[in-house]
Parts: sequence; structure tokens; C-alpha cells
Amino acid sequence: MTNILKKEWGKIADLASAINAGETSAVANVKESLRLIDEAKEYNAVLHLTKTRALDRAKKIDELVKSSKSAGRLAGVPFIAKDNYLTFDTETTAASNILAGFKAPYQATVIEKLEAEGAIMVAKANLDSFAHGGSTENSDFDPTKNAVDPARVPGGSSGGSATAVALGLAPFALGSDTGGSIRQPASFSGIVGLKPSYGSVSRYGVVAMASSTDCMGPMTANTEDAALIYDVIAGQDTKDSTTTPRKDNNYTKLSDSKLKIGVIKEHMSDGINKEVRSSISEAVDKLKTDGHEVTEISIPELEYSLACYYIIIPAEISSNLARYDGIRFGFSNRKDQDLEGLFNTTRAIGFNSENKRRIMIGNYVLSSGYYDAYYKRAQKVRTLLIKGFEKALEQVDVLVGPVTPNTAFKIGEKFNDPVAMYLEDLLTVGVSLAGLPAISVPVSSAEGLPVGMQITGKYLDDKTVLSAAKTVQDLYA
Amino acid sequence: MSTISIDEVKKLAKLSAIKVEDDEIDGLRQELENILQYVDKLKDINVEGVEPTIQVSRQQNVFREDVVKDQNTQDELLKNVPEVQSGYIKVPKVL
Repeated sequence: MTNILKKEWGKIADLASAINAGETSAVANVKESLRLIDEAKEYNAVLHLTKTRALDRAKKIDELVKSSKSAGRLAGVPFIAKDNYLTFDTETTAASNILAGFKAPYQATVIEKLEAEGAIMVAKANLDSFAHGGSTENSDFDPTKNAVDPARVPGGSSGGSATAVALGLAPFALGSDTGGSIRQPASFSGIVGLKPSYGSVSRYGVVAMASSTDCMGPMTANTEDAALIYDVIAGQDTKDSTTTPRKDNNYTKLSDSKLKIGVIKEHMSDGINKEVRSSISEAVDKLKTDGHEVTEISIPELEYSLACYYIIIPAEISSNLARYDGIRFGFSNRKDQDLEGLFNTTRAIGFNSENKRRIMIGNYVLSSGYYDAYYKRAQKVRTLLIKGFEKALEQVDVLVGPVTPNTAFKIGEKFNDPVAMYLEDLLTVGVSLAGLPAISVPVSSAEGLPVGMQITGKYLDDKTVLSAAKTVQDLYA
Repeated sequence: MSTISIDEVKKLAKLSAIKVEDDEIDGLRQELENILQYVDKLKDINVEGVEPTIQVSRQQNVFREDVVKDQNTQDELLKNVPEVQSGYIKVPKVL
């Protein structure tokens, strides 16, 4: 493995200012990003490049600046999108064989919003296929390696995006988070990852996994960048009727006022790696010393969150993945057979084992005779979980704890044990089921591997979550 | 404890429109059973009188004007279709 130097791009706002002032060129930024991606090939963070479109857009931005016009708040800033975002000029595969070769006829709302502010997409990042997984090992196009230790997983499902940002291949990347898929890889890779409040960012044009928890968000080198990207992408979208009006007109103006912070008791229990707990405790102590009011809070319903998640999410997956039938797009097994044969073999070949497990579990919990015992019951437990979070967040501004029970594990270590892999999502899925905003921000490493603190806030109070994350970041500066 | 039989796996495969080979069934049965046994945990919690959650965006009845907008052309949308004939999506014989 070549030891590549981590590129420091600096703050995104400064990068864009330098472009708008004519001090640097968008073309130079794009070329630098493409060069770094090429140099870091062995990490397999990136699946496809969008070189032609990126360079064309960069030239246009440079021309705009030359004619003394502002090219936007993200002028000439390269970024990498997870390959489940629909984008022009390249394939969108969701890292699945069943979508290999698919070229999107339109772009995701998030991509459109970023481009409108001058950001330039240079590549698409690897993921667990259809975002099913927590290690990026479920990609149909080989695993991504961890930026800190290439023998380990980067986390997942947004593992390609995490490694890309951790190596500095671009100043930021987009991820998607259904049960932890932005926060967990951010934690494993030592970067910042924001899962916004459900519905605050449009899901339009992103390959659906579980529609009631899917959230689109930024993965960045620092909290200010996460706030800026969120500020650009947040807002109601007529193309996604679950989106909500913005709660705040400027998410980049973070507050430094003292906070009431609740440490989640259940997330600091014996089941969590001791080193991880001690990194989190150290961060909590720093917050106390900094004058924040810290208390311990119990949310007993959290005990049921993972079981609840692994009923509801497969149910939604089985429904969302029903569209891959080999008829309208994607892989199609057309070998002299009838329609039903085509469906069954296309899906048998096109989906991988984890996709199939989730589809089948989903169909099981939704099938007659089991619906009430599993799916409906899980939706009731979800109500209790939401109430548990609400009650806790009546007492404090934010809740904190670790993002993951362990640090990044070795590639292959949990691959053949689906339940062990699911247990890695233990601390992130509850927040997803409740639709709350949460962030992973790096604290001290444990045995040389990154640890992230998870900060969770009230629904639509993404600003306080970002402010708290900046406070933590500054305590380690 | 939830258990799942070979026949149920076959039925699930059919419901899921996924062809499963005979030698895959037992492994799949074991994996599905392990997952179901984990989620059985939910049976321990009392949910009497609790309403199920349908969605979490706290939005209700979002309306928009029903207006025609240009987005993609037929040609653009048919580009990804595996088999096209005279502007139609072609499927294998049904019967």
C-alpha cells in the first residue's frame, strides 16, 4: 500500500472565496482532486469519475469569475457523491450488479442544489450495495479500505465517501444514512458526518433503501464545512413530499452558548468497548470543564431499537427493491424464458446475499400471519422509542455518547455473520427511527483508531447539533 | 423462539421473486432464523394501547399544483430499458 499524504484542503468557505476572488482556479482544484483520486486507487473509495463534466463545469466557473461575477458559495469546490445519488455523465450503480451500466436521466435534488452554488462533482464513491451494510464489504465492486488502517473497513454504508474525505481526495463527500451509514463510517475514519433531521434534506433522486429513515447528508473534514453544506442542501422540495420547510435561514451561524448535555446511560454500558467509552468520557469531561451542564440520562426504550430497526427497515427494503425486475432498467437476464423466470433469475443474479436476506426478511415480517406480530408491533415500539427520545430531550439540548460499540474492525472479520454486523448499528439506529438530527465528531483515538462522539438533537434542531459538534471540535484543537 | 422451515424459505423466495437454488436453502434458512431470533426481543415490551408510527417528518397533507413540467423525453427514459420496440418496453411472453 502506498502511503499517500493526506491532503488538507482547508475550510470550504475559504476555498470558494479564493475562487471567487480569482486567486485560484476551479480547473486547478478539479485536476488536483482527480490526481489524488488516481493516486489513492488502491483504497477503492471511488467507483466512477465524472471527469468530462467536472472539467467543463470548472472552466465555466473560471470564466464566470473572470467576468467579475460570483460563482456561488461553493464555487469551484470539488466533491464526491456516494454512488446511490443519481448524477449525470456517469453510471449510478448503488454498488449493485443489478444497476451496473445504469445512467440516470435526471439528477438528485441535492446534486442540483450543490451545482447551483458552484460545487463540482468529480467522482462517485463506493458503498455497501443499496446501502445494505456497515463495512462497505457488501459492495458488488470490492470493499473500500480504511484511510487510517487499510487492513480495516472504513465503516459503511458510506465507506467510500468516508475514506475519500479522510484521505482528502476532495474537500467533502455526500453520504446517505438510513441507520447510521453516515455517522458510523465518519466515526471509523476520523471525520465529521451529519445525518440531518429526517425530511430536512430532499431524498429525490437517491436510490431508495428505507424511505421512512433515509437521510442525505455531508461528510466533511470539520464541523464548519458540514454546516455550510447542510445550509446549501436543506429545504423543502416539491419532488419529495416528506420534506419540511427550513427551520433556520442560516445554519452556518453556529452558537457558542453553554449547553445542557445528556450522556445516554444505555450507550455507555459494559457492552461498549472500554477504550471507546474512555474516549467519550474524556470528551464529556472536557465539556464539563468548558462550563456545559452535563447529566446522565436513561432512555430504556433504546434496548429495543436494533430489533425494531431490523424489522421495519427490511420491510421497506423489500418494497423499494421490488422495482428491480429487469424490465425497465438495470440488469436483465433475457435468456429464452417467460416473464416470471426473467424476474426470478434477474433478481437472483443481480442482488447479493445481503440484499436477498433483507428482501426476504422484509417479506416475512409483512406477510399475512406475521404482519401484526412483527411489523405492526415494531411500528408501535417505534412510537415508544420516539417518546423516549422526546422525554430525554425535554431535559437537555443534546444527547451524547459513542457512535459505535467498537472501532473499525478488520476486513473479513464480521463478513460471514450478519447478526454480528447488525450489532455494529446498535447505537445509531434509534436516532434514525426517531428521525432526529445527529452528527459524528472525532474525539481521541482508541488504540490508534478513530472514535466519534455522537451528538443527537431535537427534531429539526440541526443547528444546535452542529454547534455542539463545533464546541467539541474546538476543545480538541 | 422463532423458527423457520425449508418450505417457508421456498415460499419467501417466491414472494420475493428471487430464484433460490436447492443448495442455498438451508444456509439461508439458518441466517433468516438467526435474524428472526434476534428481533424476537420485541416480544418482551408491552405495546398495549400504543399507536404505530407511520412516518416521522411530522408533515400532513402536502399539496402542490398539478401542473405539467418538462423533464425527461421519452427517448431519454427509454435509454436504460433492456429491450425497446417502436417506443415500447418489450417484455418476454407472459403465457
